[in-house]
Amino acid sequence: MAGVQVSDVSRSFGAHKALDDVSIDFADGGFYALLGPSGSGKTTLLRQIAGFDFPDSGRITIGGESVERVPVEKRRIGMVFQNYALFPNMSVADNVAFGLSVRGEAKATISTEVQRALDLVQLGKLGVRRPNQLSGGQRQRVALARAIVTKPRVLLLDEPLGALDKALRVDMQIELKRIQREIGITTIFVTHDQEEALTMSDRIGILRDGRLVQEGPPEEIYDRPKSEFAATFLGDANIFRGDSTGNGIRLPDGTAIASGVGAKLAAGAKASCAVRPERIRIATDGGASDAANSNVLKGQVSKRIFAGNNSTYFVEREGQMLKVIVQNTGADRLAEGQEVVLRWSPDSTVLIAAG
Amino acid sequence: MATTRILEGLGRFYIGLLLAFLYLPIIIMALMSFNVSPFYQLPFEWTTEWYASLWQNDQLIAATWNSVEIAVIATVICTVLGSAASLALYRHEFRGKKFLQALLFPPIAIPWLITGTAMLIFFFGVGIGRGLHAILLGHVALALPYVIVVVSARLQTFAPELEEAARSLGANQWQVTRRVTLPWIMPGVIAGGLFAFAVSFDQFVVSYFLATPGQTTLPVEIYAAIRKGFTPEINAVSTIIIVVSMALMLLTARFFKFGGEK
Repeated sequence: MAGVQVSDVSRSFGAHKALDDVSIDFADGGFYALLGPSGSGKTTLLRQIAGFDFPDSGRITIGGESVERVPVEKRRIGMVFQNYALFPNMSVADNVAFGLSVRGEAKATISTEVQRALDLVQLGKLGVRRPNQLSGGQRQRVALARAIVTKPRVLLLDEPLGALDKALRVDMQIELKRIQREIGITTIFVTHDQEEALTMSDRIGILRDGRLVQEGPPEEIYDRPKSEFAATFLGDANIFRGDSTGNGIRLPDGTAIASGVGAKLAAGAKASCAVRPERIRIATDGGASDAANSNVLKGQVSKRIFAGNNSTYFVEREGQMLKVIVQNTGADRLAEGQEVVLRWSPDSTVLIAAG
Repeated sequence: MATTRILEGLGRFYIGLLLAFLYLPIIIMALMSFNVSPFYQLPFEWTTEWYASLWQNDQLIAATWNSVEIAVIATVICTVLGSAASLALYRHEFRGKKFLQALLFPPIAIPWLITGTAMLIFFFGVGIGRGLHAILLGHVALALPYVIVVVSARLQTFAPELEEAARSLGANQWQVTRRVTLPWIMPGVIAGGLFAFAVSFDQFVVSYFLATPGQTTLPVEIYAAIRKGFTPEINAVSTIIIVVSMALMLLTARFFKFGGEK
């Protein structure tokens, strides 16, 4: 096992800068998600770490060893591909055995290790099958067993759950996490699914246009996004734009919004505030004062979407559509067209520098 | 109901006609190789005389062995070189690659008469001359594009992630090729090999230009024999070749599922 350090890595394809001076420290044994929209450079970064492609500049180390010019077959990594990439001409057991076999391991060692790996992914009895006789979830497990049986220093996953249906995906998330904990391998996981990134990883790196936008534990990124992009890409957020007052912003119509967290900005600078939809209280009465929830806005319900355990209200306020999520507590539901008051705390209001 | 049945009947009739058109001449030739009369005279009288006298015809037998040897060697050379070339074209990007690939097609379309003339002149010019070695060289040049085209077509269906997956597991270039890529393209390699064999074994024009008297291939020998006067031994040797090559084709088709995965 080993940590991975990426330092100042850049990679261009013609005029297109796929990676622009990216630095991330992947701690030993951690589960790391690289999150970003398509074209953000997350797969390119994974391929630099794997060794399928070399950076134009910058350094990559695995376990302290400099590898940026070492080809993939010498890096001792394990990789799971989006479409599994199982060898169609081999049985499940031969697929898993491949990495050990090309290293020239003894037959007895190979069969023991293969069985152990198949047991770990709960496919102990399916070794004789062919990949085309397996379901999507089973193929996924074979791909995982094949990647970890060689005891790689780092496990790289390229959107491994993208081809599975939703229910199976949740199962596999849990399963993947369990196996990762069990063998304690440093894992780097590329995904465009924010929920997957939030539920599975110890740390998340958000990429956009080849740059690392923000990096940290899921809670930190969710609670204190440093940019509008991070706020809206990882989860939902209401964004208010205006001028900084030092401890909040003033909207163009003069309304002040107080902020207790986020960037420290000089008064007068262009700034935004991000508020998560579930942090906002919605009510019909105008009078109930609440010291903690000192940010108050009036609006009108324009749409309600009922989702069982919660409801999402779209509230129109001065031409801006605000999103509020309310848990289903059995209380009276608000009707579309109703005048409402929104309240939330400055501690739920993240101040973000504009741009 | 009635119309479907009529259409079905018409369909069967059409397919029957097609098969008759393809196979009737061959069947008649095969039958005549067992007929006593050397002039296709009926009634049919069974004999194996022509097969017996075939064994006495040293020239025809020598030519047959020449053909088989040349076709086998040409097939091996073309399959190895052609597959390697296809892999190189698949894996690497280089300047002029498109141009090079485009250049593979014209030799298939150029009439063999012209290729044969060009080869004769060229081989004389560079001192290769005529003879079995020249025929072999000519056949390799003729058949190589077929192998490359067929193997490349098969490679188009190969998922490049398979090679990447193999490399990520520590396999070097040779291990990747032998254990992952080759098994996938094998049906294409076999089909390409069959093409190469057929191009060489059937080849008349180029062989005719490059053969020396006394050292010829079967098609050239058959042509010469017919010019001297037809003998049913030709029917006999043709029948043997047809049986052997059809068996070969059916076997490969069976083992490599040319009809698709079932």
